[in-house]
Amino acid sequence: MDCVATGGNVKVLAKAIHSLSRIGEELYLESVEDGLALRSVNSSRSAFACFLLSPLFFQKYQAPSDQSFRCKMPIKVTLPAKSLSCSLASLDRSVEKCRIQLDSEKNRLTITLHCKHGLLKTHNLSFQDCESLQAVFDKESCANVLQAQPRLMVDTVLHFPPSLEEVNLSVTSDRVWLRNHVEDDADSLRAMMTELCLSSEEFDHFAVGTQTSVTFCLKELRVTVYLCILTRLSPVILSVTDSVLEANFVLATLSEDSHPKKNHVNSDTKHPDTEQPPDDFMSDDMDSFLIAMETSELPGPSHVPTSPPQPTNNRKHSFIEDEALAEGPPNKKFCSLFFGSVLPTPSQLPNQTMQSQEVLASDSEDENQTETS
Amino acid sequence: MPLSTQSQADADQYILIASLDNARNLSNILKAISLRDHAIFNATQNGLKVTVEDSKCLQANAFIQAEIFQEYIIKEDAVGFQVNLTVLLDCLTIFGGSTVPGVCTALRMCYNGYGYPLTLFLEEGGVVTVCKINTQEPEEPIDFDFCSTNVTNKVILQSESLKEAFSELDMTSEVLQITMSPSHPYFRLSTFGNSGNAHYDYPKDSDMMELFHCTSEASTCKYKMSLLKPSTKALALSCKVSVRTDSRGFLSLQYLVRNDDGQICFVEYYCCPDEEVEEE
Repeated sequence: MDCVATGGNVKVLAKAIHSLSRIGEELYLESVEDGLALRSVNSSRSAFACFLLSPLFFQKYQAPSDQSFRCKMPIKVTLPAKSLSCSLASLDRSVEKCRIQLDSEKNRLTITLHCKHGLLKTHNLSFQDCESLQAVFDKESCANVLQAQPRLMVDTVLHFPPSLEEVNLSVTSDRVWLRNHVEDDADSLRAMMTELCLSSEEFDHFAVGTQTSVTFCLKELRVTVYLCILTRLSPVILSVTDSVLEANFVLATLSEDSHPKKNHVNSDTKHPDTEQPPDDFMSDDMDSFLIAMETSELPGPSHVPTSPPQPTNNRKHSFIEDEALAEGPPNKKFCSLFFGSVLPTPSQLPNQTMQSQEVLASDSEDENQTETS
Repeated sequence: MPLSTQSQADADQYILIASLDNARNLSNILKAISLRDHAIFNATQNGLKVTVEDSKCLQANAFIQAEIFQEYIIKEDAVGFQVNLTVLLDCLTIFGGSTVPGVCTALRMCYNGYGYPLTLFLEEGGVVTVCKINTQEPEEPIDFDFCSTNVTNKVILQSESLKEAFSELDMTSEVLQITMSPSHPYFRLSTFGNSGNAHYDYPKDSDMMELFHCTSEASTCKYKMSLLKPSTKALALSCKVSVRTDSRGFLSLQYLVRNDDGQICFVEYYCCPDEEVEEE
C-alpha cells in the first residue's frame, strides 16, 4: 500500500486522525473497496468514528495487494498522529506531503512527512492485526433526517458549557429542542438548564417521521454537518460527506424511558423499557443490536436520504478550530460515529443495515450559501 | 535608584558585584540549565559561568559575559561558590513575572567571599527586596575534555527546526540517537519507542542548516533521552544551535541565546554517550 496526501489534504488527514484520537485509544486502518478507512471507537463502545478517504483524496493511491488489509495501532502514541495533529495551526505550513506505506512482510507501516526546509520525518510503526471495526446502522432507515449548515450546529453546541456531559435532542414535526440532560429531578432544580429551540426553517432539510427524544454524550459530538437521527434504536448519526471522503459519527443514546423529563415530545413506544444505569449510554437492545455480528456491506450507489452535501463554511469559527472541516472545495469532511464492531463474515444478510458510503458527487460548490439563521 | 544608595563601605566588602537593570537577562538563561537544584557559580573577569550537572553524565553551562551586566566588579581572579538554583530563581523572580512593558526587576548581586551568603538586592517599582542565599563549597565541575581538535562532526542549525523535532520526540524511547554522515541522511535524530521508531532527517542543503561539517565517516551515537530532554528549555530560548560530536561519541550542544536586550549569551550541554551493557 502506498498513499500520498499533499497540500491541504495533509491538514485534513491530520484533523481526521486528531478527531479519532479524541474518540478512542486506537486507530483502526482498513483498506476498503472505496478507499482507506480510518476508524476509532471509545472504550465504552458508545462512540465510534469513521473516516473514509477515497482514492481521489490522495495524490497517489495504491491499494494494498492484500485487499482485506486492516490493522490497528495506538493512536495517542502514534507518532504521526502526534506530529500530524499537534500544532495543527501551523501544520499546513510545515508539512507539504504525507506518505503512508505498508510493508506487509515486516508488518510495518511507514509514515513519511515531508516538511518545510527539507526536513523529513519518518515513522516506522508496528501494528496489530485486528477485526474489522464497523458499526451497524442504517442511514436509510432513519425516521428523522435533519440537515443543516455546520455553522448552525456549531453555534448551537456552543451554548452548552464544555463540561456538560449529556445533551438531549428532541424533535417534533416543526421544531428541534436541544437541552442539557440532568440525571434526576433533584439535580434539575439546582443545575443550570439550557434549552435551545430551533425551528424547522433553520435546517436545510427537515424531515421528521416520528416525534422523538434522544440523549447522547455531547463530549463526543464534535463537528457535524448533517444530523441523521435513528429513532428505532436511538443512536444519533452525524454524517459528513464530500466528493473525496466521507465520515460518520455514531453516538449511543440513553434509553428514553430512563428519564421522566419529557415535556414536549412523546417517547417512541418502541424504545426499550429497561432502566439504564446513569452512566451507561447503551440500552440492552442497543447492546444486542450492536454486538450482533453482522457485516457492513458497502453497497453500490444507493439513494441517500439526505440531499447532496452542502459546503462547509465554518473556517472562521473558533470553537471548532481544531476540528474545523477542511477548507476549500475538495476538502470537505464528514464525520459520523458508529457504534459496535462487527466481524467480517463474508455472508451478509440482505436486509442488513447498510451504510451508504458511496462517494456522493459533490454539488457545485455554493460558497456563497450562507447558513440559515 | 535605590540600589545605588548603598554605602561605599558596604561595597568595599564585596568581592563580586554584578548588577542588571533587567533581572530576566539572568533568570531566563538560568532556567535553561535548571536541571537540578544545585548550581556551581564561577565568576572571572570575563563574566559569570554557571554549571549544573546530572548524574556525572550531563553537564549544562550558562555563560553571561561581563558586558551583559550594567555593573560588574570582581576583586579576585576567580570567585566560586555553589547555591541552590531553585531558590535563586525564586528570588530573581520574586516580584512575579511582570508583563507590563518597561517594568522590570533590577538586580544587584553581591558576594562577600567564602563563608558568606550570596546577597541579592532586587527592586521593582520602588520596592526593594533583599535576599540572602546560603552558599556552599563549590564542587569541581567535570571536565568533559571536549576540545575542538577531537571534534569529528559539527552541524549548526537554526533552532526553529530542532524545536519542532524535540517537542515531538517519542518519550517512550530510552535513547535519542544522533547520526551525522557525509551522505544521506546527513543529520538524523532517531527514537526507538514502544510503537516503533522515528527518524528526523535534516538534509545538508536545507536552509535551516547553517553549517554542515562532517568527516569522511558517519557517526551514530545514542544518548539517554532522560538526560537530553531538559535541553529543550535551552533550545526554546535559543536562535541557533551547534551540535558536535567527538571521537569518543561525546555530545556537545551549544545554544546561542539572545536576551531581552538583544545581547548574546551562550548555553552549552555536554552529554556522555549511552554505553550499551554487553550481555553475558
